[in-house]
Amino acid sequence: MLETLSYTFIQNAIIAAVLVSMITGIIGSLVVVNKMVFLSGGIAHSAYGGIGLAIFFGLPMLLSTSLFCIFVTILIALASYKQRENLDILIGLTWAVGMSLGIILVDLTPGYQSDLMSYLFGSLLAVSSDDIYYMSILLVVIIGIVFTFYREILSVSYDSEYASLRGVKTRFFYTTILILSGLTIVVSIKVVGLILVIALLTIPIYIASFFSKSLLWMMIYASLLSLFFSLVGLVLSYNFDLSSGPSIIIVSSIFLLLAFTFKQIRRAS
Amino acid sequence: MQTTTNRAIEVSNLSFSYEKQKVLQDINFTIQEKEFLAIIGPNGGGKSTLLKLLLGIHTLQQGQITIFGKHYSKQIANIGYVPQNTNINIHFPISVLEVVMMGQNSFKKRIFGYKKEEKIQALETLKKVNMDAFASQSISELSGGQRQRVFIARALFSNPKILLLDEPTSSLDAESSKLVYETLDALNKHITVVVVSHDISIILQHATRAFYINKKLFNHDLHHIQKNHLDKDAHICEVELLEMLGAKTC
Repeated sequence: MLETLSYTFIQNAIIAAVLVSMITGIIGSLVVVNKMVFLSGGIAHSAYGGIGLAIFFGLPMLLSTSLFCIFVTILIALASYKQRENLDILIGLTWAVGMSLGIILVDLTPGYQSDLMSYLFGSLLAVSSDDIYYMSILLVVIIGIVFTFYREILSVSYDSEYASLRGVKTRFFYTTILILSGLTIVVSIKVVGLILVIALLTIPIYIASFFSKSLLWMMIYASLLSLFFSLVGLVLSYNFDLSSGPSIIIVSSIFLLLAFTFKQIRRAS
Repeated sequence: MQTTTNRAIEVSNLSFSYEKQKVLQDINFTIQEKEFLAIIGPNGGGKSTLLKLLLGIHTLQQGQITIFGKHYSKQIANIGYVPQNTNINIHFPISVLEVVMMGQNSFKKRIFGYKKEEKIQALETLKKVNMDAFASQSISELSGGQRQRVFIARALFSNPKILLLDEPTSSLDAESSKLVYETLDALNKHITVVVVSHDISIILQHATRAFYINKKLFNHDLHHIQKNHLDKDAHICEVELLEMLGAKTC
């Protein structure tokens, strides 16, 4: 066991699990309470367009995917202000167009042999030092913004019309939450892949909601649960030679089922 | 109940349209300080639009609104607002105290956490609506009537001189509605209360004056209605009321 921990790739995987768990615990809570899950799904899948651009033009993967996600996020945010009734259509469009763009660009890249499955389903054991550096910066930015403007973000998330009346810049904070969600999705792709990222942004948060009396505690509980699921998934993935992303999601889902059953039994009694 | 002649709200020649659909037409009225005013009328008649114009949520297209003699946009801080809350997620993880402190006009403290004085002020405000015992509870654990009193406390947190309420009892049972209106009666000793509601019989027991709005405005003093009708029969029907207000002829 201790020998396993001495491998650099295992150490990186554990550090990445800690960082991404905190990031998804905080941002996932905001995604869930703001009812942005479908919207985040759209951003996650459109991220494949950014991956395709990075591969085709030989750009740094994290940077180009992040910029592409920010572009898509701002587009969706603007649409939600002007064309709220058509927002679902736009999300569906970015979802499909982003993925199609990514696949075509990868097809057009000569001699490309990399394993695209790792972007779709994650590869925690392949996290590099650069990835960890990027995750650390994002975590610091998220903690800085969310805790400095906690009251404004709480107010916008709970009752945006009332927040606006009290002088809170609701559009600014709504867009900020969306951009942070986009960046969270980019770093989570490494851990669970873009197809499964929504599960990491929702399952731990849903379980945390059973016993959270405030948004802050929801963020803390969700981060701890996410870390536990990621580490258990990582152990299963390493020992049984399974894909890390699906292992983490299956572990999370089992605990969700247990938590839900426990809640129902408690309510019935 | 009216103890002063100071004008709290003055609206003149107000008209408002959504795209080409006229919702309010040539509205003129004055509300005195410490009045308890009811705004009634059919759905789509312009009641909520009028409230949103007073709050500055909608931009004024035609006419003038003054609050305590000044342009309404400079007096938003003096207005407490209790919205319909139809879009609020009732399972949101937030404590009663946190909801009340959202009533702050601007969040002066830019780092995480709440000042001790703010918490004390929020507790004092909760006392005004008899909800201080629930301060640390999650809002999702409260009944509809208790939640509504918390929203009234949120509106009162910044010590407004006018309280506007949009359908405050629309989803409440009779007992909870009664408690909400008793709270409003107590508050009305110090501030002006304006309620938009469909609940005509209960409104008549508490309000001193009513506006019936259906694009245009009809104004009526309710004192004699209360004396002559409500003491005998609290279940006054809408048609009767409209006749009394003269709105049937519109």
